[in-house]
Amino acid sequence: MNSNGNSLRKTPTGIEGLDEITNGGLPTGRTTLVCGSAGSGKTVLGMEFLVHGIVDYGEPGVFMAFEETEKDLAQNVASFGYDLEQLQKDGKLAIDHVFIERSEIEETGEYDLEGLFIRLGSAVDTIGAKRVVLDTIEVLFAGLRNQSIIRAELRRLFRWLKDRGLTAIVTGERGDGALSRYGLEEYVADCVILLDHRVTEQLSTRRLRVVKYRGSLHGTDEYPFLMSESGISVLPVTSIGLSHKASAERISSGVADLDGMLAVKGFFRGSSILVSGTAGTGKSSLSMTFLKTACERGERALYFGFEESTDQLVRNMSSIGLDLQPWIDKELLHFHNVRPSSLGLEAHLASIHQVIKRVDPNVVVLDPITNFITSSEGGGVKSMLTRLVDFLKMRQITTMFTHLSSLGGRLESTDEAISSIMDSWLLLRDVEHKGRRSCALYVLKSRGMAHSHEMREFLLTDDGIRLGGIYTEGLDSADKRLAAKRPATQGAASGKGGNGGRTKR
Amino acid sequence: MGEQNAKQESGQEPQALWLLKLYVAGQTPKSIAAFANLKRICETHLKGQYQIEVVDLLVNPTLAKGDQIVAVPSLVRQLPPPVKKIIGDLASEERVLVGLDLRSAQAVQTGE
Repeated sequence: MNSNGNSLRKTPTGIEGLDEITNGGLPTGRTTLVCGSAGSGKTVLGMEFLVHGIVDYGEPGVFMAFEETEKDLAQNVASFGYDLEQLQKDGKLAIDHVFIERSEIEETGEYDLEGLFIRLGSAVDTIGAKRVVLDTIEVLFAGLRNQSIIRAELRRLFRWLKDRGLTAIVTGERGDGALSRYGLEEYVADCVILLDHRVTEQLSTRRLRVVKYRGSLHGTDEYPFLMSESGISVLPVTSIGLSHKASAERISSGVADLDGMLAVKGFFRGSSILVSGTAGTGKSSLSMTFLKTACERGERALYFGFEESTDQLVRNMSSIGLDLQPWIDKELLHFHNVRPSSLGLEAHLASIHQVIKRVDPNVVVLDPITNFITSSEGGGVKSMLTRLVDFLKMRQITTMFTHLSSLGGRLESTDEAISSIMDSWLLLRDVEHKGRRSCALYVLKSRGMAHSHEMREFLLTDDGIRLGGIYTEGLDSADKRLAAKRPATQGAASGKGGNGGRTKR
Repeated sequence: MGEQNAKQESGQEPQALWLLKLYVAGQTPKSIAAFANLKRICETHLKGQYQIEVVDLLVNPTLAKGDQIVAVPSLVRQLPPPVKKIIGDLASEERVLVGLDLRSAQAVQTGE
């Protein structure tokens, strides 16, 4: 077999994202150690490796289960849509449950683990397996007393797998201060993958990291991954980087006056747009207008809502003359509403990827992304959003992110972290003057176009969104009041003047 | 021993029959030692009421799964129930006797 090839060949796992991180898959004819704590997804990863091998690459596989019975295993992965029984009937998959119970075994004198070798060898030969999973072989250490025999036999086992050119996954429990409890990493020198399952503030996040991959480039970050009904998907894909194409096509924001501020034509297709503002300033309305306009052009639009239900949103939008129902009925407008705190941040973003892949939209709105920022420890958010933006740009999807600025803070400061990945940034802020609260919109930045620097009144009318006049003066007293209430608030940039004189452009 | 064969030493008494299966992988020094040790122990303690079946997994690899054989040599007591398992070349007679429930563990501890 192919045990001694000079160049490093790779065997695709078929697991979404993992093959990208590893630049093509696991080392062919070698053993990969997958370690992680209990419940981190080792077994599922191993089983996916085999099932994809069978279904997608025509490579039969053997699963040696040291912990679960065949029945348990089949039930546990049935939720991922794998019919192990059928694969076994087809002679593509062999499952062998190895049961070792220390208390039931008496040991006396010399022995070896040839029985295990024979079982594995017989299963491999019967179906012509190319892939093998041993899950988790560490059970041997708990089940048998003579550790030196086990260690010698493990060394022999890994050599045996290699000699037969089998691409194998061996799983191991995460140990204290070591990758695996019994130091399996010292036998497996070629590739080590670490799975992690953390719970922070009651939210679980799963992460995967390629600790080691001899002779190959690989992504070194911790990648969040999702275990969903379609199996494991590792959240891509920093490898996209900045190589995506930039379109010169422009698309309308849905508000004619706003398009006017954006060098008359609107946003670039495939760009990322941030709409930030304080509560109740009309961010959702603006984003829904944007989506509806896309639908009117015959494009597919996808709305991720993290605060309101679809019904509530549709009802509220009808109050400003936005009738969304026809577009929902035509299946151009899609909603995906979920509370971000019900999932970990990474799981959440991973599920966003999946929905986007399924719906295949032209325009997307995420409303709002603030909840991500509050629902996680902050540091990871930017890299996650960067990956999401890269992913969207690669697919030439124009995306509008809304962001709720907190009343207390400086309007723009909270957004600094994410602004660098946004191409356009619209700011909505409410303004008090002459005993009336109104809302102002301005374009803080819009890459690649000569955008307006005006501050316009933002009006929600029965007939949709309109922009009013330019604030030229008259915010002075209002600003003073605001400044007294919240010292850090932004004052200077907002335009100043006397008493409420607003002129039309 | 190269193939599956059964040795039978039948006794006259209607006592419980001991059915012992010895799993080996070819004629290795360990398997030869295990068989010799087992035979000696049975002759001493179970004369006339035991039956040894030697299973060579190199010949019948699929039989390893049924009795959950991982290590060889493995001795499995099929009868009388419950099933008992002893792995190794059966060098220590005392341990084999304990493993087969022929002698209590306490007796072994004082004996060792």
